[in-house]
Amino acid sequence: MSWAELFSTALAFKVFGVAAVVLAVMAVTLKNVFHCALSLAAMFFALSGVFIFLDADFLAVVQILIYVGAIVILMIFAIVLTERITSEAIKQTNQLLIPGFILCAALLVGFVYVIRGAGWPAEVPLVQKETIKVIGRQLLSTHVEAFEVASVLLLAALVGAVFLGKEITRK
Amino acid sequence: MTPISHYLILGAILFVVGMFGVLTRRNAIGILISIEIMLGAVNLNLVAFSRFMETSTLNGQVFAVFVMTVAAGEAAVGLALILALYRNVRAVFADRFNLLKW
Repeated sequence: MSWAELFSTALAFKVFGVAAVVLAVMAVTLKNVFHCALSLAAMFFALSGVFIFLDADFLAVVQILIYVGAIVILMIFAIVLTERITSEAIKQTNQLLIPGFILCAALLVGFVYVIRGAGWPAEVPLVQKETIKVIGRQLLSTHVEAFEVASVLLLAALVGAVFLGKEITRK
Repeated sequence: MTPISHYLILGAILFVVGMFGVLTRRNAIGILISIEIMLGAVNLNLVAFSRFMETSTLNGQVFAVFVMTVAAGEAAVGLALILALYRNVRAVFADRFNLLKW
């Protein structure tokens, strides 16, 4: 990948990608946690836009449904239930700010080096049009064991969340 | 068509941003938000490989569905844990959760 190539890619992909990165940085660095949760929701909207470029229409919709519709709402409930003081005066970062930044920057440089150095196949396979049909068939044939394990995991998470969220009365 | 390396670099940037949040935030809900960003970056990589390597089986997209399932369960249990801790400690900051000592 060269820099000239980077500037000649589809404009819409660049818009969605830059929006996702900016919103992710906002979700990580803003002081008010409520704003962070809203940025996370917007970030997942931008990310599902990127999914549509990858011809993953079903996943784009499911991403908005699960993340924006369920997880972010759950987080907002947790924030308004716990946060007494949303003042900006409270320190939101710990003492790892500078070492963490250096570590993450080094990791990003390593990632980019490896990705740019790897020889990706030049030809792109034909697009799969029937995504929902194929995903449904795969879930219930090839990956049926993982599907069942995932359902048991969701049940366990449900029971665990109810148990942990319950007020424990000591006698 | 946009080459695969663009998607992978976008995923790498999102992953690193999420990791920075996990390392530096004090707020436990903020840490959970950062973990969700990291899982989203992993999903992007899975979908990109599913599009550029093999499209007849869509294994990457099926995997992304499982990642979303685990993310949903993790968010539910994590937020319930934070609420339970908040009842005991009256705080949501990770450095205040020092109940376990040795």
